[in-house]
Amino acid sequence: MKAAPFDYARPKSLGEAASLLAAHEDARIIAGGQTLVPMMAMRLARPTLLIDIAHIDGLSGICEEGAQVVIGAMTRQASAEKSSLVHAKLPLLAAALPWVGHTPTRNRGTVGGSVANADPAAEIPLVLVTLDGEVRWQSEKGQGGCKANEFFAGPMSTELPASAILTEVRFPVWDGGNIGVGFHEASARRSDFAYVSAAAQVQLDGNGKCIRCALGIGGATPFPVKLDAACAALEGTMLDAKDIAAALVADVAGLDIMVDGHASPAYRRRVAAALAARALSDARDAATGVRA
Amino acid sequence: MKITLHVNAGERTVDVEPRTTLLDCLRDELRLTGAHSGCEHGVCGACTVLIDGEPARSCLMFAPQAEGYEITTVEAMSPAPGELGIIQDAFCAAHGMQCGYCTPGMILTAHALLKHNPSPTRAEIVEAISGNLCRCTGYGQIVEAIELAAQRLRGANTEAAR
Ligand code: FES
Ligand code: FES
Repeated sequence: MKAAPFDYARPKSLGEAASLLAAHEDARIIAGGQTLVPMMAMRLARPTLLIDIAHIDGLSGICEEGAQVVIGAMTRQASAEKSSLVHAKLPLLAAALPWVGHTPTRNRGTVGGSVANADPAAEIPLVLVTLDGEVRWQSEKGQGGCKANEFFAGPMSTELPASAILTEVRFPVWDGGNIGVGFHEASARRSDFAYVSAAAQVQLDGNGKCIRCALGIGGATPFPVKLDAACAALEGTMLDAKDIAAALVADVAGLDIMVDGHASPAYRRRVAAALAARALSDARDAATGVRA
Repeated sequence: MKITLHVNAGERTVDVEPRTTLLDCLRDELRLTGAHSGCEHGVCGACTVLIDGEPARSCLMFAPQAEGYEITTVEAMSPAPGELGIIQDAFCAAHGMQCGYCTPGMILTAHALLKHNPSPTRAEIVEAISGNLCRCTGYGQIVEAIELAAQRLRGANTEAAR
């Protein structure tokens, strides 16, 4: 036994979970527990009450709603990875999921847990920010939500209100064809925490000209960021290597790089530029049907 | 707190502190010591068990969370006391272990892989066991053991043979 003592509750409804959370100051929600349990084992987290939301109806599942795919917070990462809807409508998420931990942790880890946890190196938050997704939550006071780019506040820190429970994550679906994605990561070992990760999704017209571009960087910065200026600069180009290199300069120079013991800021910035370029060219090739 | 776990097709009731991990509960309360305790924070895979048939780390779950799931440990891989299942036997035949610490986790991970994919490529085997550390073998013989097990399982025609 490594964790500090706590009480365990298994509410049957979201309402019950929300009241428990509101009533106990040091309570924590546990979903898949693949980050929280190690944090508790190392006593970096010492909740006095664990509220297990795994058995609440309606918190798991993947469905299409208008121009979005909605993923219930409790949906296991492995279920999303196997989902045909995710593969058909969210190719960028499908490309990123195999990078999330390892199969055994994806079997337990959840989509919502990864988003609420807000590890700077996490892949699901990066995809959510890159695609301009949204999150929804519920508390005793009612429902709320916000855009992904307003949600992440720093390493392991979000704008989720203190007594709210993340309920779903919404990913926009791009309309039309000729869409391609690219995803790259640099880490010490495969599936370790990413020093830098890059996610790109592009759409081309019939002549191969880029008509829509989304590019995000994770791992290097305190939370994932979308490179809006680069995306704007790339729309209308053929996504040639020189277009990509030119478009990335200013955004990559402006990245607020994290400082930690694992990789120097200069290295992370260089790798961010390289992986962003690689993700974009993979996305372009995939959209044109060229196999990388 | 009192909890009831479904383990290896049986039902077991135990009285544990909520902070007891599933790993500690299996080992200390149920005497199923096949799940090994390595890092105890999710890094090594020595504690791997199957939860509803899929590999998971039993050190990353508190015992009360495990209520309601079907838990399978390496003890269930053997068809009868003193006998080895096909995957276990393949690990012996191919020298897929040295100290044996990682072996239960490797066996269960291989079991889940071969259930979904009876003819995995070498790359798929490597990917499947990438979350399980082995400090002895260098992995080569573990991969060979799983290839051998896959080949033997394709030849076997009974579920009981595993
Ligand atoms: S003991 Fe569970 S992963 Fe190492
Ligand atoms: S055989 Fe010793 S750790 Fe794998």
